[in-house]
Amino acid sequence: MAEYHLKTPIPEEEIRRLRVGDILFVSGRVITARDEAHQRAVEYHEEGKKLPVEFEGNILYHCGPIVKKIDGEWIFISAGPTTSTRMEYIEPTFIKYFRPRVIVGKGGLKEGTLEALGKYGAVYAIFPGGLGAKAALAVKKVVGVEWIDLGTPEALWILEVENFGPLIVTMDTHGESIHKDIEEKAKTRLDDILKKL
Amino acid sequence: MSKDLRSILVDALVKQTKLAVTTLPDDVKNAIKTAYEKESSPVAKKILASIIDNYTMSEESGRPMCQDTGTLIWYVEVGADFPLLLELEDIIREAAREATMKVPIRPNAVDPIRARNSGDNTGRFMPWINWEIKEGDDVILTLLPKGGGSEFTSQLRMISPGLGIKGVKEAVIRAVYEAGGKPCPPIIVGVGIGGGADIALKLGKMALLRPLDKRHEEPEVAQLEEELLERLNSLGIGPMGLGGDTTVLGVNVEYAYRHPATLPVAIVTQCWAARRATVRVTKDGKVEFLSHSVRLEDIKL
Repeated sequence: MAEYHLKTPIPEEEIRRLRVGDILFVSGRVITARDEAHQRAVEYHEEGKKLPVEFEGNILYHCGPIVKKIDGEWIFISAGPTTSTRMEYIEPTFIKYFRPRVIVGKGGLKEGTLEALGKYGAVYAIFPGGLGAKAALAVKKVVGVEWIDLGTPEALWILEVENFGPLIVTMDTHGESIHKDIEEKAKTRLDDILKKL
Repeated sequence: MSKDLRSILVDALVKQTKLAVTTLPDDVKNAIKTAYEKESSPVAKKILASIIDNYTMSEESGRPMCQDTGTLIWYVEVGADFPLLLELEDIIREAAREATMKVPIRPNAVDPIRARNSGDNTGRFMPWINWEIKEGDDVILTLLPKGGGSEFTSQLRMISPGLGIKGVKEAVIRAVYEAGGKPCPPIIVGVGIGGGADIALKLGKMALLRPLDKRHEEPEVAQLEEELLERLNSLGIGPMGLGGDTTVLGVNVEYAYRHPATLPVAIVTQCWAARRATVRVTKDGKVEFLSHSVRLEDIKL
C-alpha cells in the first residue's frame, strides 16, 4: 500500500508501476463524465468528430456534481463519485478511444474494463462514496464546462484539482481487481454463515 | 398570525434540510468513529478516516456531505389542534423548492413516465409525507433525505412462513451480500418484518429513524439486531466493498403482526451518510431541533 502524489499529464509508465491497494493524490486536470457523456463521446469519435476536451493523460471522474453559478462563475458545491458499474458497457471502448490514465468512481468495473486497463495503460481507482464536500474542496478552479445541454450532473466538467484523494487503486494494469477478490471471498463467507444459522 | 406561522414553518424546514445534509446526527458519527478505531484493514481504515474528514469538512463549510442529497421524505406528527394542519403539505412542498435553491440540494425528483427532472425536488407524491395525527397543538417533522445509491440495493423478500426467523435472517444476510459495495458501506440496515409487502417496507425505512445507540425495546428483537450485525460484518465486504471488518454500522428491526400465510421481509439499505433531522414547531412559532443540539439562528443559508 504505497502512496503516490501524481500530476497530470501522467505518463503511461508511471501508471503501469501502480498496484491495487496503492493510494493516490492527484493534482491537475480532472474531467467528469457519466452515462450520457460517455455515450456521446463514443458517438462523436465514431462519426469522426473531435471532442471538446482532452482525456489523454488526465483523470476521468464518474461524477454528477452539485454546482452553483455565483457572479457568472461556476462553483463546485459537492462532488462525490457515482456508481461506475453503469458505465461498464461502454468503458472499454471509451478507454480505447480517449486514453484517460486514471478512471475514478465508486463500486468498481468488470472484466471488460480490466482488460482494457492492461491493454491501454490505465488504472481504476475509487474515491470513497459520499465524500462530496471533500472532493469539491479539492477543486481549485472550474476551467470550463461542455455539453451542458445534458444537464449539470451529466455535463463534462473540466477541473483543476489539487491533492484530490485519497484515491484507492482497485483495478490495475496487471489484471488485479480488489472488487473481484472481495466478491469471491464474501461468497465463501456467505455460504459459511448460512450453514451456521 | 397565521401567515407568520406559515413563513416560520417554511424557514424552519429549509434550515432543517440544510442541517440534515450538512451535519450527521451524533449517534452516526460515534458509530463511524468506533468503527475507525476497531478496523484492522489498512485500506478500510483509510476510507473510514476520509469519511470522518468529509463529514467534518461538510459541517464546517456548510456544503452537503454527499452530492446525492436524496429523496426528501418527511415523517410528520401533527397535533390535531395545530392551526396549519391543512396547509402543511403545501408548506412542505414550498420548503422543498426553496431548499433546492438555497441550501443548495440536487434536484432529485424525476418523472418516471416522461423521464423529466422537475428541477426543484417536487412532483407527483414528492416530497413523500408520512402522516401521524396526535393530540396537541404543535408539529414534529422528521426529514430523512434518502440517497439513491443505497436505495437501489433495498429489497423485499416474501418468504414462506415455515422458514421462520431463520428464514428472516437468511433473507437479510443474502440481501446485504448482494448489495456488496454498491450502497456505499458501512451501511445501516433497516429491517421490516411482517405486516404485508408495503407495510414491511415502510417499517424497514421507519426503523432507520431510530438512533444507532438505541436497541429495540423488546429483548428478543434487540438480540436479533445484534446477531444480524455480527453476522453481516463477518461477510467481510468492508467500507466501499474493498474488504474489512466494518460492513454494517447498525441493524434496526421493526415488525408488525403478519398474515398466517405470508412472511414479508424488507431490507432497506442506508449508506453511511445516514442523514436525518427532527424539528418541533409550536402553534406560537417556537422552533426547536430535537435531533441536533443547534439553534435555528445558528443555521445559515
